[in-house]
Amino acid sequence: MKLTINGAVKEAPDALSVTGLLEHRQVKMPDMVTVELNGVILERGDFGTTVLQDGDRVEFLYFMGGGRE
Amino acid sequence: MNLSEQQIERYSRHIILPEVGGKGQERLLAGKVLLVGAGGLGSPAGLYLAAAGVGTIGIMDADVVDLSNLQRQVAHATPDVGRPKVESAAEKFRAINPDVSVRTYRERLTADNALDILRDYDFVIDGTDNFAAKFLVADACHFAGKPYSHAGILKFDGQLLTVLPGRTACYRCVFKAPPPTGAVPSCSQAGVLGVLAGVVGTLQATEAIKFLLGKGELLTDKLLVYDALGANFRKVPLRRNPKCPLCGEAPAITELRAEAAPVCACKPGEVCPV
Repeated sequence: MKLTINGAVKEAPDALSVTGLLEHRQVKMPDMVTVELNGVILERGDFGTTVLQDGDRVEFLYFMGGGRE
Repeated sequence: MNLSEQQIERYSRHIILPEVGGKGQERLLAGKVLLVGAGGLGSPAGLYLAAAGVGTIGIMDADVVDLSNLQRQVAHATPDVGRPKVESAAEKFRAINPDVSVRTYRERLTADNALDILRDYDFVIDGTDNFAAKFLVADACHFAGKPYSHAGILKFDGQLLTVLPGRTACYRCVFKAPPPTGAVPSCSQAGVLGVLAGVVGTLQATEAIKFLLGKGELLTDKLLVYDALGANFRKVPLRRNPKCPLCGEAPAITELRAEAAPVCACKPGEVCPV
């Protein structure tokens, strides 16, 4: 299926969960990523059970801080 | 307020803009903006706000200027190393524009001082350098009902979001809580292209000015993500999160408190997953 991930169209295996997509895209530190699916921020607890559909728009949003820890 | 002849000349390039005009310039001169942090983001934001004639600028920072700051914190110069950042920045802002009243707070924003200080301002610029402080700014602005510009920079990337508390998506709608200490690299660990602070800090100043003027479309309900290497700006649409712990339907956070970064839960000897 085709997904739009952070604005770019990417091919992904069918019936993938959000957790599966994070693995498939080899996202580093998946625990630190906020995922927005079709404009809605997902609860982290729903990553494993949310199955993606062809045409979905997915945004991986990252913490971005500044100078120090 | 009547603009003096000197002011009409100083602000002529603003006044000639139909969206600003004399009325808009007077609004800027009556405006009060607080910079939380006088570092990478706060420096360019403050310099442009001062030049624009924003009448009152508050600068809050407890640190002194360090040599390693000068690669991006453009309000500070080499002779300022060792001086309090608020003092160094205030001097530059006043030199650019004597119309501006600069107030300095040589302290960190805390749950105890935040609401008292924020009360006096129209708009807040988050130029802090750590997650505990970013969450505190977001929470304090929520409880004070003050609009703010959130921003972060790292390596070659930056992102920002303007929040009108209770009306548009907030920082916690997207990022619920601070990451565990050390889980996300900081600029001192991972580096940052100095000019990123200028790009993002001036965008924050633009948001403050648009807010004060009441013109244009604010960067609300969208996260602007800037990728300097790819020369790409992208707006990610956001909406308010009903499960937001701060502004959602059943918020867990009902008063301002310090947000301690969680410590990772590994046992001694284990490899930390974060």
